[in-house]
Amino acid sequence: MNAPAPSVPNAVGAAAPGLPARGGVGLKPEHFREILATAPDVGFFEIHAENYMVDGGPFHHFLGRIRERHPLSIHGVGLSIGGESPLDADHLDRLAVLLARYQPESFSEHLAWASHGGVFLNDLLPVPYHAGTLARVCDHVDQVQHRLRRRMLLENPATYVEFAASTLAETEFIAEVVRRTGCGLLLDVNNVHVACVNHHRDPYAYIDSLPAAAVGQIHLAGFAQDVDAAGDPLLIDSHGAPVAQAVWDLYRHALARVGPVPTLIERDSDIPAFPVLLAEAHRAERLMREAAAPMGAERLPCEACA
Amino acid sequence: MSEQQIFADALLAAGPICPPGLTTWNGSDPGRRFAIYRNNVIVSLIDALADTCPVTQQLVGEEFFRAMARLFVQENPPRSRILAFYGEGFAELIAAFAPAAAVPYLADVARLEMLRVSAYHAADAVPLAAEDIARRLEDVTALPAARIGLHPSLAVLRSGHAVVSLWAAHQAADVAGALAAVDPDVAEAALVLRAELEVEISRIPEGAAIFITHLRQGAAFGHAAELASAADPAFDLGATLGLLIHRGAITAMTIPGSATS
Repeated sequence: MNAPAPSVPNAVGAAAPGLPARGGVGLKPEHFREILATAPDVGFFEIHAENYMVDGGPFHHFLGRIRERHPLSIHGVGLSIGGESPLDADHLDRLAVLLARYQPESFSEHLAWASHGGVFLNDLLPVPYHAGTLARVCDHVDQVQHRLRRRMLLENPATYVEFAASTLAETEFIAEVVRRTGCGLLLDVNNVHVACVNHHRDPYAYIDSLPAAAVGQIHLAGFAQDVDAAGDPLLIDSHGAPVAQAVWDLYRHALARVGPVPTLIERDSDIPAFPVLLAEAHRAERLMREAAAPMGAERLPCEACA
Repeated sequence: MSEQQIFADALLAAGPICPPGLTTWNGSDPGRRFAIYRNNVIVSLIDALADTCPVTQQLVGEEFFRAMARLFVQENPPRSRILAFYGEGFAELIAAFAPAAAVPYLADVARLEMLRVSAYHAADAVPLAAEDIARRLEDVTALPAARIGLHPSLAVLRSGHAVVSLWAAHQAADVAGALAAVDPDVAEAALVLRAELEVEISRIPEGAAIFITHLRQGAAFGHAAELASAADPAFDLGATLGLLIHRGAITAMTIPGSATS
């Protein structure tokens, strides 16, 4: 199959320096002062764009200072790229203002919808996968990349139901969005685990069938456990627990396939002390080093090599 | 109706309904799985209201608050993707909510807490230096026509209840002890203002509240002072100005016809 030229102004994204291939931590207001006081050794921070769409006050005060010292990823949760409705032009404008202000190394959003008919539902809702939704999602990704004048990363979803109307596998759908729009992938390894348990699929095969070269960032998080009406396990993407061992195992597999990429520890509820999250980010970095140095050889830091 | 409209309606419906066209790998009832989405939407929005209104929640208890918030969420889902300010109309729902009639001050406490969040995220502004203000105040002939610019975070709430004392009691180490000393039926006016990075809530006299409210609405200095004096004979213009200057609330002072601002 001949890949058409991506419709993105790719030069902007390609030329811009990206996030370092290190462990990052989601930035929480609870940790603002400690981060400024201790200047932790962290690869990058990530914020939810919508939390910072306010005029002034402490959020901008602290983010401005933290951003001066650390690489930054801005992660949107409200664009509703999978929505039937047209993208909200005002919201795109607000995003453009936020990105211009903080110049993040990365911008990402979700393969999901969150708004309909002017109502914001504050959740990442599932999309059926067929030719119609594929065209719509690609059109929305094109619009985002043109308006923001940068390449975006699209995140694979954690889902609890599937649609009778779907004719494509999720990985086929995502691969085709990447091929048509030139966007990158935010590979959420926790979402892969959650969705594959919930839909009884092989998470390793799922990762193998995504376009590895497009992966620009990885997310790791914790989940909650429930059961469905048949008593089979149903995992919930809660972001409220440490990263599970099954997800760390799957992460090693992802690293073997895509190489070291910036990896975020996401935590949005039951938020622990900052060093707890930093320790998970450092664990991700150890796994990155191991993946880059096969045979178990310890790779020395560059300063020591020289 | 569109598929997503049907999905959205089912998410916000009072009863457990499941949209058509959903499947599960094991043939189990998709309604159980759809309920995860319903729960995520409703609970996250109730949580947003609880984050904004912690004292309101403490006054009636978590169970009562969440039941009341659920009614609001189902009837008034957010229209904005920026959740920080979600809750417009929540105080009105509380005021009309029959089971809350025994706590008639509850709605005003919720109003105060929403003003506090707005102040927290309001635009930054540099206060006018006290010397600059003093110099302009010396021009007594021009002063009545002056327009006062107030800090974007500033808000005033006038209540028939002791909203400031009730709110402050919940910041005390001994909440029950502090609450016991509050007569909730005493009318109070609150000044909400962010200083540096902290939002402060303080009680101000009725006349000061009227004066500041009129300034906020763009009234000229002299007119606002007249209205405040007429409504509250005890209105103390000097003390009120002193408070505004001391708290850094005045960010501009424009005298028509004057080059200064």
